[in-house]
Amino acid sequence: MSVAPADVAKIATLARIKVTEAELSAMVPELNGILAWVEQLGEVDVTGVEPMTAVIPNHLRLRADVVGADPLTGGDIRDKVLANAPAPEHGFFGVPKVIE
Amino acid sequence: MSELTELGIAAIRDGVAKGDFTATEVAGAFNAAVAEANPALNAFIVTTPDHALAAAAKVDAARSSGQPLGKLAGVPIGMKDLFATEGVQTTAASHILEGFIPPYESTVSQKLWDAGAGMLGKLNLDQFAMGSSNETSAFGNVISPWRATGDTAARAPGGSSGGSSSAVAARIAAAATGTDTGGSIRQPAAFTGISGIKPTYGRCSRWGIVAFASSLDQAGPMARDVTDCAIMLEAMAGFDPKDSTSLDLPVPQWSTNLSDDLKGLKVGIPREYRLDGLNADVAKSWDDGIAWLKDAGAQVVDISLPHTRYALPTYYIIAPAEASSNLARYDGVRYGLRELPEGAGLQDMYAATRAAGFGPEVKRRILIGTYVLSAGFYDAYYTQAQKVRTLIARDFENAFKEVDVILTPTAPTSAFALGEKTSDPLEMYLNDVFSVPASLAGLPAMSVPAGLDGAGLPLGLHLIGRPFDEQGVLNAGLAIERRAGFAAKPAKWW
Repeated sequence: MSVAPADVAKIATLARIKVTEAELSAMVPELNGILAWVEQLGEVDVTGVEPMTAVIPNHLRLRADVVGADPLTGGDIRDKVLANAPAPEHGFFGVPKVIE
Repeated sequence: MSELTELGIAAIRDGVAKGDFTATEVAGAFNAAVAEANPALNAFIVTTPDHALAAAAKVDAARSSGQPLGKLAGVPIGMKDLFATEGVQTTAASHILEGFIPPYESTVSQKLWDAGAGMLGKLNLDQFAMGSSNETSAFGNVISPWRATGDTAARAPGGSSGGSSSAVAARIAAAATGTDTGGSIRQPAAFTGISGIKPTYGRCSRWGIVAFASSLDQAGPMARDVTDCAIMLEAMAGFDPKDSTSLDLPVPQWSTNLSDDLKGLKVGIPREYRLDGLNADVAKSWDDGIAWLKDAGAQVVDISLPHTRYALPTYYIIAPAEASSNLARYDGVRYGLRELPEGAGLQDMYAATRAAGFGPEVKRRILIGTYVLSAGFYDAYYTQAQKVRTLIARDFENAFKEVDVILTPTAPTSAFALGEKTSDPLEMYLNDVFSVPASLAGLPAMSVPAGLDGAGLPLGLHLIGRPFDEQGVLNAGLAIERRAGFAAKPAKWW
């Protein structure tokens, strides 16, 4: 499978990355080169093979159901959460108008 | 006091404990070396001399009041700028995180400070750890302290932990943290004549490390020798409930159990790694490694890892897929850069922010990842890659029924010149051909220096072990280190 400029433009939209026409035309052959190379995986016989889900067997744990049990990941740190926001407003993350 | 910067972890820790010198003297010597070298090497994005001095003062005070000292007491290290450090800018070498000041400390860096280490600064790297030469950083290329004989061309320090490798090799840090997704500890270690180990996936907590490909990312030490790697890994590893993939296992005392007596050990030599046209110097150093391990008492066995040639294409589907998902968080809302063109709505802001903030390699991988995960292509690319990944892991499982450790070269060449491989992304990707398979299987693996090639540049040997068997990897690494007698250092030109 290979991608055309329109496909790359669509992927870029899905990925929320604005690309110029010049960037787009440079990316098409690069992405096609990489895609043609990874397509050799199609020749591997994977009949009956399960896709990898975890490289090292592990079990999922549940944390104790206690608010703020770990102060690093607990709540009540609004100002710290907002400290790096580009546009905090009234204790919230500020964003441009969403409803047209 | 320049001789203090010649010392590694064990020598500094023991010297401070004995009172041969103070931790403050050591921190001062390294701070001065960083200040002198960094304009030439660009290994650090920011330097933190006060952090190093404050940590040293604490160690000196603890010593004079007779309190017990930590595993890394008085050792000044560099911290890869992928680890969140409280109050100190953390960027992943990307413009999109420029100015980001974490309000918390990553688990691994906190453990290192708790062990008595101090921070010299935040080390440069490939942007979001995506690269093999440290040429994708938004803060400029890192220059290797190594130069080929009779040549002043700037060499790549390897990547993505290129600031780490450059700093340790140049003796401006006693050791450094690295992270390894497809070889980012081992390949830079090989390029610069130092040692580095990626432990079993899950040994070191990923909490507070900027995520690239979460099923592959692992932190590990980069240091002057195998013993220093073992000591530092003991301080970095350990269970962390904040990382769902953290291994709930005790941390072995790797450094005290080190032994280069390999009697009874079986070492596998995978025939698929002997590529057509393998660089002659690399092939010779591999043969040297085989002879050294035999000399240490090991039995060498020819093995097959039949799916090796599919490891790189598998990696270049899985890693970008995970990256495209992980990097969705950089949206200009919660932290980092925001680009808000006049009159733009939310969607335009996202797209403009990400266009301005990410470098070309990061964008390339996000687009590849988005494509292979998109409707209609997911099964053909992503599911197929995860199935082949199962087969690659199974190859190792089968091999480890016969052998205890596997020996290969770390990289297909010594350090290339900067700019040599930047025109074709695929050519750069091929540099990770020997390191990626162990990453896909989550196995512990390390690089140790083996010698110099014909151009006077370091070559590394690569050891891969069973899951959880860092000890086996470190012991085989020690056996090579003792026999290789690698003592070459880059001549100081900065």
